[in-house]
Amino acid sequence: MRAPPMTTALVSTSTSTSTPTAHRLSELDVLESEAIHIIREVVAEFERPVLLFSGGKDSVVVLHLAAKAFWPGKIPFSLLHVDTGHNFPEVLEFRDKTVAAHGVRLTVAKVEDYIQDGRLVERADGTRNPLQTMPLLDAIAAGRHDAVFGGARRDEDKARAKERILSLRDEFGQWDPRNQRPELWNLYNGRHTVGQHVRAFPISNWTELNVWRYIERENIELPPLYYAHDREVYRRDNMWRAVSPVSPPHADETVELRTVRYRTVGDMSCTGAVDSQAASVADVVREVGVSTITERGATRADDRISEAAMEDRKKEGYF
Amino acid sequence: MTLTIDTRNLDAAAAVSAPEGTLFRFATAGSVDDGKSTLVGRLLHDSKAILADQLEAVTRTSTERGFGGESGGIDFALLTDGLRAEREQGITIDVAYRYFATPARSFILADCPGHVQYTRNMVTGATTADAVIMLIDARKGVLEQTRRHLSVVALLRVPHVIIAVNKIDLLDYSEAAYREVEASVRLVTAELGIAEVLVIPVSALVGDNVVDRSERTPWYDGPSLLELLETLTVIDDLDERGQATEAFRLPVQLVLRPQGAVVVAPELADSYRDYRAYAGQVASGSIKVGDSVSVEPGGGTSTVTGIDFAGVALDEAFAPQSIALRLADDLDIARGAVIAAVDTLPPITRSLEADLFWLDPRPLAPGARVLLKFGTTVVQALISAVTGRLDLTTLAGEPATSLAVNDIGQASIRLSRDLPIERYTQNRRSGAFLVIHPQDGATLAAGIVTAPGEPTRAGDGSGAGSDVSP
Ligand SMILES: Nc1nc2c(ncn2[C@@H]2O[C@H](COP(=O)(O)OP(=O)(O)O)[C@@H](O)[C@H]2O)c(=O)[nH]1
Ligand SMILES: [Mg+2]
Repeated sequence: MRAPPMTTALVSTSTSTSTPTAHRLSELDVLESEAIHIIREVVAEFERPVLLFSGGKDSVVVLHLAAKAFWPGKIPFSLLHVDTGHNFPEVLEFRDKTVAAHGVRLTVAKVEDYIQDGRLVERADGTRNPLQTMPLLDAIAAGRHDAVFGGARRDEDKARAKERILSLRDEFGQWDPRNQRPELWNLYNGRHTVGQHVRAFPISNWTELNVWRYIERENIELPPLYYAHDREVYRRDNMWRAVSPVSPPHADETVELRTVRYRTVGDMSCTGAVDSQAASVADVVREVGVSTITERGATRADDRISEAAMEDRKKEGYF
Repeated sequence: MTLTIDTRNLDAAAAVSAPEGTLFRFATAGSVDDGKSTLVGRLLHDSKAILADQLEAVTRTSTERGFGGESGGIDFALLTDGLRAEREQGITIDVAYRYFATPARSFILADCPGHVQYTRNMVTGATTADAVIMLIDARKGVLEQTRRHLSVVALLRVPHVIIAVNKIDLLDYSEAAYREVEASVRLVTAELGIAEVLVIPVSALVGDNVVDRSERTPWYDGPSLLELLETLTVIDDLDERGQATEAFRLPVQLVLRPQGAVVVAPELADSYRDYRAYAGQVASGSIKVGDSVSVEPGGGTSTVTGIDFAGVALDEAFAPQSIALRLADDLDIARGAVIAAVDTLPPITRSLEADLFWLDPRPLAPGARVLLKFGTTVVQALISAVTGRLDLTTLAGEPATSLAVNDIGQASIRLSRDLPIERYTQNRRSGAFLVIHPQDGATLAAGIVTAPGEPTRAGDGSGAGSDVSP
């Protein structure tokens, strides 16, 4: 990722004092300052925060915000990725390049290791998203992390729409939606007891469109598959699925070459692409602005399993 | 939810909110079943903010449950009642945040629960709101929960209060019935000292006066709810020239002191070796390079030599920007300090009077030892006395010696150390605090300062925060 302001010298944005600029921030500026405030609060109040970093657009934006929050210093926490073993290779490559550019440390917890030694069993449908919870909780315990940053947004799902910015989890990582701590003004209460930890979501209040506008404004680099490209795909569950060793087409599914892009990048076995000609960030901003289908509705097979799929996974300790 | 909106005059690029659009936050309130979630669903639906797959899912579930009638068979509450328990019980348990935009502005909407048992969640939704829409079932009129929520809204000084007199369809759009409810709610808001109240007759289910003005209420000539939300001012204490009027306050979150571990270009690294700045979000007011500031604790003064926003040096910063401030003098400043415009700090004190919204099932008794969080400061405190409680039937204060869950009461509080304490009426950010359980960390109450105690030391300011009300 390119981090434009961070590597440059101090530049003054002087404006004439005769016509004072209004003390009013744009929507993106309000959201940016809110997120930076949250990130700084968590770093100040917790011993060992960690950021869940997949290389997906939301976690890339949180990383960018963290870099801004601590400039000119380095980001004072490490990153964690739960690799399902079914990730897009170009996303993993981008992940490692970005981590190196920021000079931060990345720990990778691998679902594959758990399947190899029998702690987890491959599901019949081949989806590995629900299998991430155990490696995630183990990695949080091993790293003694008391705060875990995530890039989840409330506009993604109706269960996420209910979660606090600072979300308390018990030692099993469970979320208790019926008993959330009040969250008042911008006064975040990070107190917790031994064994508990907190999930912190700095971009809770951002929409998909806010994220894309911010990526455009800040010139943030993303994995290439967020933009239109030609790919061999087949139709399943009303989505275009990539042909890959972990997501092969069935005999009755026809493979075709189409121009597509991804709106989310997760596990290849359950993430779908959408038809798109949006090759640049400006194109994507335009496309998202008029989209008639939600991000997860368009691209995630795992959330279609049941009405409350996300809530159930969160209660079990998922992000 | 992604925003798409107003397809009535859709031009692809213009359909999304204007780049410099304002963000407006509002919350629903009112008693259970008065129609909050339905109203929110209707608002989202009629402003075209519900995307196809969401609408399909909600329609499917509504049909499965045999929901029929006026709304075309859609139970709009399902759009925000996203938890399994909420759907099973048909109630709202916790706040749902939804996002939508019109060509005029972007909205963050908090749909709050009505049950008294979930008042803590309603308070959560209301503390960040620019406006609250208070729903009243026209058939039932003002209920105890209506009064409780209006009391919360009044004490929090939510900038705009809109009363939606709902289910007007069930009263055949009768003006007389509406006027009766309007009159009784205006009595309550006057009693509570809410200055400006906007009342609208609506049917959340059918959609009257929600997005479009209804022909079935010819006797009402005001705006629709959405028109109102699009035009209310975002109260951020700016004067007519757009300048912040409140005194500058920066609660220090942390000190940025990278000591060589910098991310700037190598040839610049040397100039950042001694970099030291105080990071925080401006709570109120504005500040310029060259301005004089005071710092508490300590009472030191200095001059601003730089304002940094991630590598961009600003000449000026204002609320709610997250900045890093550099000062000319090497003062002892750590997390919890407040940097303020010189001559504006209130007197330093060790006690205060406060209104408390008690949110925990364990009651508050005098003598309780708690923690208070003001800005970025956490301080030990003792509840020296509970001095009163609001009677929600009469809205009068009554004597009390303890507070139970969902009570709104008054207490005298002693602090373990000196702090500059500001009235909430003077500064909404500085005058608000959390009451925290010292052992398990639970948030016990939302607190607002009604009066700072006897000064132990004069502040540097003349008026702000003193015992003279504005
Ligand atoms: N007839 C009629 N029914 C309504 C109206 N608004 C809400 N309702 C019904 O009132 C009940 C409670 O609504 P809900 O939105 O869940 O209330 P909440 O508890 O305030 O969120 C539901 O059965 C709604 O369908 C309205 O304007 N007219
Ligand atoms: Mg409701």
